[in-house]
Amino acid sequence: MSALLLRDLRLAFRAGGSAMLALAFFAAVVTLVPLGVGPDLKLLARIGGGILWIASVLASLLALDRLFQADYDDGSLDLIALGPVSLEATVVAKMLAHWLTTGMPLTLLSPMLAVLFGMPEPAVPVLTASLAIGTPAVSAIGAIGAALTVSIRRGGLILPLIVMPLLVPAVVFGAGAVDSALTGMANGGLWLLSAFSLGAVLLSPFAAAAALRLNLAG
Amino acid sequence: MFELANPRRFMEASAVWLPWLAGFAAVFLAAGLYLGLFVAPPERYQHDTVRIMFLHVPSVWSAMMCYGLMALMSFIGLVLRHPLADTAARAAAPLGALLTALGLITGSLWGRPTWGTYWVWDARLTSFLVLLFLYLGYIALWNAIEDEVRAARVAAILALVGAVNLPIIEFSVDWWNTLHQGESIVRAGGPAMASVFLWPLAFMALGFTLLFFTLWIVRIRTEILERRARALMLETA
Repeated sequence: MSALLLRDLRLAFRAGGSAMLALAFFAAVVTLVPLGVGPDLKLLARIGGGILWIASVLASLLALDRLFQADYDDGSLDLIALGPVSLEATVVAKMLAHWLTTGMPLTLLSPMLAVLFGMPEPAVPVLTASLAIGTPAVSAIGAIGAALTVSIRRGGLILPLIVMPLLVPAVVFGAGAVDSALTGMANGGLWLLSAFSLGAVLLSPFAAAAALRLNLAG
Repeated sequence: MFELANPRRFMEASAVWLPWLAGFAAVFLAAGLYLGLFVAPPERYQHDTVRIMFLHVPSVWSAMMCYGLMALMSFIGLVLRHPLADTAARAAAPLGALLTALGLITGSLWGRPTWGTYWVWDARLTSFLVLLFLYLGYIALWNAIEDEVRAARVAAILALVGAVNLPIIEFSVDWWNTLHQGESIVRAGGPAMASVFLWPLAFMALGFTLLFFTLWIVRIRTEILERRARALMLETA
């Protein structure tokens, strides 16, 4: 399983890989939003948590295409499925690789980007915590969507449509947690986010593996 | 249930039931509309606007019931391998999407005069909008995969994963502070609505449910007939 993980990480960091793409996308969004809504720092501080959450979801979605597609197309997924590692464990390894190349760098960058948005000091650790807890859920649920659409040739277009409704709780609770830090009104955001994230990460390998088995069998 | 797995027997059984379902649907809808539009009085605060409720509430209930049935059919098709269950799930999806859209539109029109806004991002409205996207994603997934058998199984997984949204919609008004009102009918202490409004609502709800089942069965029959037509064309080709 660690071999699979290392392989995926190496592939992601290569020229056509997704690691730098996600970060570049993140940087682009974070630069464009203040240019779009105006430089009023108070406004930016208010919406900063939400914008960073949206950017991390979109950046993760970008990289999801490649989660299973490349291996499916060249046949390696069939070989992996026949191998000693169970499909569920394979999915976990790929989810982890995806998170390490998209969610984790974004989480680590978020304190710096919070400064760009002028967010007050107390909100920054909450933002980082919400991203740290929530981005694994984004990778997990994205993996389900990627597994469901792996056999579709233009699957990249349908993937966001399927995954987006399922990600709504993560965005609502994650951005809501930042909001509660800004306004001082507790809304249980981090707790609910943790519950959602835990459930998503634990259950999605089974759903994704089932979907992969269906698509490989055909 | 498995006696109906044979398409021919399903066609025979549904041919008997269908006129009755359609007839009773028409009767209940007519009764509900008459009572709701002409007999029920204007409400104290909303005046005549309250009559939108007789369209909004039944369509929302039907939309959620439809997803529940779709998820149930997906489970039966995926786990028990019932041959008609996948067809039934696929047939239900566009009906559910339409009912959800109807619920959203009627609710929005009702919200403007009563709440002062067409839309608000509270828990119930947001989760109901998510339901519409779940339906659309499900339909898109069915259409995107060419192999029918695989499409059925993959879509079934999506339907089951999305079913987690249903309790969220249902209980959102209890769990969060929402602009949308809380439970008025299914609550401890009995319905909080006067019977002069409750009766038309009940008739409309029953009428919508029967209408849904009528249209659903018609769609399943159509799908079976289409499959037969395709098989015949392949034979004669």
